[in-house]
Amino acid sequence: MAIAVENVTKHFGDFAALEDVSVDVPDGSLTALLGPSGGGKSTLLRVIAGLELPDKGIVRIAGEDVTAHAPQKRDVGFVFQHYAAFKHLTVRDNVAFGLKIRKRGKAETRKTVDELLELVQLGGLADRYPDQLSGGQRQRMALARALAVQPRVLLLDEPFGALDVKVRADLRAWLLRLHDEWPVTTIIVTHDREEAMELASQIVVVRNGRVEQTGTPDELYDNPGTSFVAGFIGPVANFDGRLVRPHDLTVLDEAEPGTREALVRRVARVGFEVRVQLLLDSGDPVEVLLTRREADALEIEENDIVHVRSERSFDLPVDEAIAAGEEVAVPEPA
Amino acid sequence: MPERLSRISLRSVALFYLLAILFIPVGLVFFRAFEPGLAAFWTAVSSPDAQHALWLTFICTIVAVPLNTIFGIAAALYVVRGKGPGRKALDAIIDIPFAISPVVVGLALVLVYGENGWFGSSLVSSGFQVIFALPGMILATTFVCLPFVAREVIPTLRELGDEQEQAAQTLGANSWQTFWRITLPSIKWALGYGIVLTTARAIGEFGAVAVVSGHIVGQTDTATLYVANQFENFNLPVAYAVSVVLATAALFVIFSMTLLQRRQERSIKEES
Ligand SMILES: Nc1ncnc2c1ncn2[C@@H]1O[C@H](COP(=O)(O)OP(=O)(O)O)[C@@H](O)[C@H]1O
Ligand SMILES: [Mg+2]
Repeated sequence: MAIAVENVTKHFGDFAALEDVSVDVPDGSLTALLGPSGGGKSTLLRVIAGLELPDKGIVRIAGEDVTAHAPQKRDVGFVFQHYAAFKHLTVRDNVAFGLKIRKRGKAETRKTVDELLELVQLGGLADRYPDQLSGGQRQRMALARALAVQPRVLLLDEPFGALDVKVRADLRAWLLRLHDEWPVTTIIVTHDREEAMELASQIVVVRNGRVEQTGTPDELYDNPGTSFVAGFIGPVANFDGRLVRPHDLTVLDEAEPGTREALVRRVARVGFEVRVQLLLDSGDPVEVLLTRREADALEIEENDIVHVRSERSFDLPVDEAIAAGEEVAVPEPA
Repeated sequence: MPERLSRISLRSVALFYLLAILFIPVGLVFFRAFEPGLAAFWTAVSSPDAQHALWLTFICTIVAVPLNTIFGIAAALYVVRGKGPGRKALDAIIDIPFAISPVVVGLALVLVYGENGWFGSSLVSSGFQVIFALPGMILATTFVCLPFVAREVIPTLRELGDEQEQAAQTLGANSWQTFWRITLPSIKWALGYGIVLTTARAIGEFGAVAVVSGHIVGQTDTATLYVANQFENFNLPVAYAVSVVLATAALFVIFSMTLLQRRQERSIKEES
């Protein structure tokens, strides 16, 4: 394991920000810490970086116990949500900072910095100051600065959180390519499930200072361990008291064994998917996701009577999962 | 156009205010100082007593400013970044020299360091005189201008936040390197301004030094005390002339700061 966090507890006064947290991050992987705001993700990342001292527990990097090491001695690259750019230094000097501290030669420093600036596509902007860059450019500079010292691990705290949607998407794709090219073990903190699912090979769901579940994006999506994970990681619906994914409901023209009768209340065509709101014969509402092709084949229209069957359901409490899904929709305070 | 009217009247009120309490009085001092002619001015400021007084002011300032710069930075770092106890208390205590009248400060110093003071007697018997001597004057000057650097630096440090410093740490910089390479460059304008105010205040200090110095002409008179002395003795041309030297020194300090700041702003703009 490149990074191992073992039974870490961290209190701020009476408040438990982390409670007996354990995480393993495989070498070269890209792991996401995902969860609602205030859950302790940043605290966990800062404990790994040495910016916070845990009350209990152990942090290992490449097998070595670094719990008592200062941040300077841990060999980690850290990228902050609000860039933490050195405002009084040019882009070039920002990126060169760690190398100058390590007293690398002038020529070597210049070469490394030039290469990194090319890699993060800031080659032409080396002599600018951070105020003269856009948010996305600043964050790429911060990444280059962290990578310059060839850290053993890269820690990113909501690196794209302060950027707008379009720039976020671009940077995400760019980060994936960068990680392919330069596979440093990386932990990225995010509260955005799409970002976590798209980037990470392993997701750790953190909530209320605890790890809810760890797994690949597919494992979490298909086999959520708790109803919170089910609702936080993907869409959920209440089908007759059972927890299902809306696309795991099949809609049929004719009754079959195991189907329930339902009235079509609304049909909304949103891009490639069709959201159908049904009223079950029990009087409970449920939303079903169909592809356009499925909807067309059914010729589904409002006020039709259809028959619904669930292909798969989770054996988990329904209400909590739906509440977790609503938590996702709450925008993060900037 | 009521908006324009109110803007103009606001401007004239501000201008009138400045004229009445700043420009006209200070201007008059300059006028009176040079009224008898340059030669008379030069005689007034080059007399041995005047020279000695200016020299003492210089000494007090040159010691008080670096002391308060170092103390101010350290106190600001502790108040804003420190984790230990007493940060709030220190933050409040720093203001005491602003709140207490300099005369009271002077008296307090006499009570502690004077011949009959707390440990003044042991100091005197060991041959080190504080009160009615230079050390006491330096102490008084340092005390009265103690808050400026800390007061300027504290809000800037707060606004700066500690992310840049933490980033420097993760990049391998130790505390000392972080301070010199990140913190100090980030607070340099606030610090510069604090130093300027400290210097101007040190040059102008009167009340506390008046109490602790004993006011001995040619021995423990600083420039401000000398001016007051000459004024009381109806030696007005000399009082005006030395005042002009003091005022010019203070103005020079403030203008050099403004110039530096402007050059810095321009150099940043040219980079773009
Ligand atoms: N330095 C601190 N002092 C006190 N409370 C803190 C501190 N840092 C974080 N917290 C608290 O710990 C909790 C977890 O915070 P954080 O790790 O930033 O969560 P996340 O990154 O998941 O949003 C929050 O309730 C936050 O207020
Ligand atoms: Mg956070």
